[in-house]
Amino acid sequence: MIEIKDLHKSYKMGSNSLHVLKGINFSVEEGELVAIMGSSGSGKSTLLNILGMLDELDEGSYDLDGVPIKNLNETKAANYRNKFLGFVFQSFNLINYKSAMENVALPLYYQKVGRKERQEKALKYLEQVGLKEWATHLPNELSGGQKQRVAIARAMAAEPKVLLADEPTGALDSKTSYEVMDLIQKINDQGNTILLVTHEPDIADMCKRIVHLKDGVIIEDKKVDQVRAAQYV
Amino acid sequence: MFSRDNWKEIFETIQKNKLRTFLSGFTVALGILIFIVLFGFGNGLKNTFSQFFEDDAQNIITLFPGQTSKPYKGYKSGRRIEFDNSDLEDIKTNFPIFLEYITPRISRNGLVKYKNESNNYSTRAVAPSHQIAEKTIIMKGRYLNANDIKEKSKTAVIGRLVEKDLFNGANAMGEYIDVAGSAFKVIGVYQDEGGDDEERRIYIPYTTRQLIEKNTDKVDQIIVAFRPELGYAGALALDKGLTKFIKNKKFINPNDQNGLYVRNVAEGLKNTQQMAFVLQMIVGFVAIGTIIAGIIGISNIMVFVVKERTKELGIRKALGATPKSVIGTILLESVFITTVFGFVGMILGVFILNSMGDKLKDRFITDPYIDMPIAIGATILLIVFGAIAGYIPAKRAARIKPIVALRDD
Repeated sequence: MIEIKDLHKSYKMGSNSLHVLKGINFSVEEGELVAIMGSSGSGKSTLLNILGMLDELDEGSYDLDGVPIKNLNETKAANYRNKFLGFVFQSFNLINYKSAMENVALPLYYQKVGRKERQEKALKYLEQVGLKEWATHLPNELSGGQKQRVAIARAMAAEPKVLLADEPTGALDSKTSYEVMDLIQKINDQGNTILLVTHEPDIADMCKRIVHLKDGVIIEDKKVDQVRAAQYV
Repeated sequence: MFSRDNWKEIFETIQKNKLRTFLSGFTVALGILIFIVLFGFGNGLKNTFSQFFEDDAQNIITLFPGQTSKPYKGYKSGRRIEFDNSDLEDIKTNFPIFLEYITPRISRNGLVKYKNESNNYSTRAVAPSHQIAEKTIIMKGRYLNANDIKEKSKTAVIGRLVEKDLFNGANAMGEYIDVAGSAFKVIGVYQDEGGDDEERRIYIPYTTRQLIEKNTDKVDQIIVAFRPELGYAGALALDKGLTKFIKNKKFINPNDQNGLYVRNVAEGLKNTQQMAFVLQMIVGFVAIGTIIAGIIGISNIMVFVVKERTKELGIRKALGATPKSVIGTILLESVFITTVFGFVGMILGVFILNSMGDKLKDRFITDPYIDMPIAIGATILLIVFGAIAGYIPAKRAARIKPIVALRDD
């Protein structure tokens, strides 16, 4: 599904250049649930952003579902993001003047799906995350956990090939975190490929594979026995 | 880009961001409103000045016969010059491109009687176009016409004050007045903004006057109106041409200053036009200033709106919005708001001007108005510049990486 070879990325900070990713080799199969771990500054968010086509790589290659991702113009990147990827952010990033359902329907709007079908699909995904009765509520009427579940529903609505989550539990307390992880595990159980960035070991343990990053290189890449989140909920 | 779905998305955004919509709409509406009211007041000011300066037509050259002071071609000096009907025709045939109209004028003073009332009035024997030259305004009946001239009819158009004095306020229409021994039928009553003296005159056909005076063909003065579009330079050229032509025809020494007098109103016209031009300039400056202020206002708001929406646009881009759709959304929204509010402001401004009328006459503003093409043009200009002002930050926002947009919380 994801194939990365010898990936380099550096940022220019004035006259200095900060080398963030120093040769990453990494691949993900379909249906995997991968945690990318590392302390802050290890490059884990940068890696996720490159995977999400939110940022460009400097060197190396990146294939997503057999499609080489390079030299994309903005329009093409937008279309690929829309078709291939779903995003979940630490700060939820819901549009605050749109209701939960409208937020979920937004990626479908950009897929040029008709209005009616959009709403039906949005409701379906809201139901999956258990928020059907909250469909007409605005984000500021929802709790943190509910917001993140709406964000997950939105990411899933476009039926992406890969779900990318950047610290999805970073802004939540542990009980809510486990609820969200339970949801992510269930989505993964349905066969969806998920990558998530976290620095919390207990969250990482709920994935099937942990990739450790340090100073821009992978220092450890291991399969783990998944801890089911359902037992803590 | 213009699908129904897009519009729905835009309407929803507008509906759910009422303050933002109101602020940008208010700026546009206010800008257009102020522009239209100021521009209209400028025009009202011009109206007032026109009324001050334009009692008579401004495109008039009057020829007065004189007495020669120099001998020429065998004629002695001291000869009295006279105009006659052939001069009218000759001027018509020789200066067709300059001429708007021409009328003779024969002035006489005399006793005018109606029943037991009588008074001395100045009687002017003229052609129909004299009405335009003098800006005579008909209150009742009609002015002299071509038929009156042809038939040498004994018809008279009397001033408002003549009717008031002679008829003691009764209706003079159709009554007969005695002008120096001949009975004239009153066919019209006029008023004139030139003052009381101008309204104490009686106009009769010049051919009738000539008939009464032993069927002569002499006329006192010749009033020539030139086409206003000729302007000052054209008026001077006609002035010179007429002088040369008449002096040549009447055998007056070209250097004789007394054989022929020419009064050219173009001198005054020039002043009036300059005054009008200065006013137009002031109005123009004010108008352009207001429009520029409006454009700056809407630009500021557009920059602010885009800035405020940076994060939202970042989210939309992460969800698959193309740069084109981002720009399209912002532009359509801004154009829609500026169009609706712009036209609201425009209609409100035009309404205010129309309801003003003479209410501010004491403040030198008469009948303020604005030409609809200018009003609509200014509104469209504001909409276009609003769109351009929105396009630049929208384009920048569309180019911003979603990761950057999402980072600033």
